[in-house]
Amino acid sequence: MSLIHKTAAELGRLVASGEVSAVDVTQAHLDRIAQVDGEVHAFLHVDAEVALAQARRVDERIARGESLGPLAGVPIAHKDVFTTADMPTTAGSKILENWRPPYDATVTGRLREAGLVILGKTNLDEFAMGSSTENSAYGPTRNPWDLNRIPGGSSGGSSAAVSAYEAPLSTGTDTGGSIRQPAAVTGIVGMKPTYGGSSRYGLIAFASSLDTPGPFARNVLDAALLQAAFSGHDPLDSTSIDQPVPPVVEAARQADVAGMRIGVVKEFGGEGYQPGVLARFHEAVELLESLGAKVFEVSCPTFGYALPAYYLIAPSECSSNLARFDAMRYGLRVGDDGTRSAEEVMALTRAAGFGPEVKRRIMLGTYALSSGYYDAYYGQAQKVRTLISRDFDAAFQQVDVLVSPTTPTTAFPIGERADDPMSMYLADLCTIPSNLAGNAAISVPCGLADEDGLPVGLQIMAPVLGDDRCYRVGAAVEQAFESRWGGPLLAKAPAL
Amino acid sequence: MSAITRDEVAHLARLSRLALADDELDHFAAQLDQIVGAVARVSEVAADDIPPSSHALPLTNVFRPDELRPSLTPQEALSGAPAVEEDRFRVPRILGEEA
Repeated sequence: MSLIHKTAAELGRLVASGEVSAVDVTQAHLDRIAQVDGEVHAFLHVDAEVALAQARRVDERIARGESLGPLAGVPIAHKDVFTTADMPTTAGSKILENWRPPYDATVTGRLREAGLVILGKTNLDEFAMGSSTENSAYGPTRNPWDLNRIPGGSSGGSSAAVSAYEAPLSTGTDTGGSIRQPAAVTGIVGMKPTYGGSSRYGLIAFASSLDTPGPFARNVLDAALLQAAFSGHDPLDSTSIDQPVPPVVEAARQADVAGMRIGVVKEFGGEGYQPGVLARFHEAVELLESLGAKVFEVSCPTFGYALPAYYLIAPSECSSNLARFDAMRYGLRVGDDGTRSAEEVMALTRAAGFGPEVKRRIMLGTYALSSGYYDAYYGQAQKVRTLISRDFDAAFQQVDVLVSPTTPTTAFPIGERADDPMSMYLADLCTIPSNLAGNAAISVPCGLADEDGLPVGLQIMAPVLGDDRCYRVGAAVEQAFESRWGGPLLAKAPAL
Repeated sequence: MSAITRDEVAHLARLSRLALADDELDHFAAQLDQIVGAVARVSEVAADDIPPSSHALPLTNVFRPDELRPSLTPQEALSGAPAVEEDRFRVPRILGEEA
């Protein structure tokens, strides 16, 4: 089996034992990127020299006998919204074209320290706003299963890189589903940790009360290893949780659901859901039952209002966060001809540097926060947020985890929803409640829809700091499905 | 009746410091009107006595030790600046009239 098809855990073992060098592993992935990324366009930036230099340093550290952790020498791709001191960071926006951050994000810095090798930065919807990666100022990423379809979003470059074997691991951020939805539609694993479990320091902010860094991998254990490697309290992020990281790796190895209580969210399903998605979801629930779990139907009556509440809260926070792009200290500056005021230059720069979705959300947020509208929109959305948390609390009194389809449909064709914001927003219908409540949720592959042969994801939601439950159930589902399918779902993807 | 008119979008664009073109105003007016119409559904939820949540975690007044730690050098801080003069950010005039 070639190096690019191995799991991250295997690659880490091979490098640690000296059977393979980190340089060889890195080179194999750089070769794969050179071979397929012209078509997939997962990456905005690849620097072979920087990557190989990092790999050489890892090999030297291992040769000196340093103990670096289970992922040392394993390559990774970072969503281009995490700052990296040795690579540009654009957030998929023209306003940050060629910007080189002067510091590393906590996530990138910790993974560097653990010996992971950064291959490059992946494409995304501009400032992580979108569900298809079509909102990138640098062109769309394509789904490796079907190059005419979207890879999900906003972390679509990261999902495509992992599903196209360009990287065994990648990072993403999940504000309304931006890790779980891309993982679902590309047939891989994507996890949104508990809010505050992973540091936002050095993550370019979209909606600060929702943004959550998390892992992508081709299997549940690899995702757990990656989450464990970058998680833990960070004094530089005031919303970082100062508590032990849930035992995610042990849970992924446990892979046992016997006796667990699993709740099917009654509100997710029916109209607007693709039949093939629902068929695979019901199959996954039956599978869990056959593995000894007890299945209940659970009602979460406010979940139906999560989407409208989210599209008030997230744009409100974004309109405030993106005020920092003012053309004064870094990034693009347009129209500074000596005659215009700072304010005029600011407005010209922002009009030129932001794409349509970012402009829409800034204005929507500005509207929702305006005096006269604040109580009816932003204030009411915050109350709905409280009720959604209460729905989760009540549900988790009855069951250990909740399950649903990750997305209502499989990957849609590029262009289909590009100028219809409301239909695009529906892609996050099932994922948004966990962002509003801050709890943990994962997407694992559960088969291919009959209509189009495209991947379907099973979402597993656990309480705040119950991340290990997501991994435990996810690993059990993965193990059972893989023995049924004779291997991972991704093995069914057409060759690139 | 539309909730968001073209004039309203022009006002929002001014508040947001976005110098939008005329055709953008028309385009965004229609879209924002549709979006606001959809998100207004939050008002259907009876929530008068429900406290708002700005955040998912019950955190207040998070402090870290007040200790000196390394920060950016002036060169690093200025490394991405569009214009620099005498180790400072050079910006367009900020007052409406010449002094």
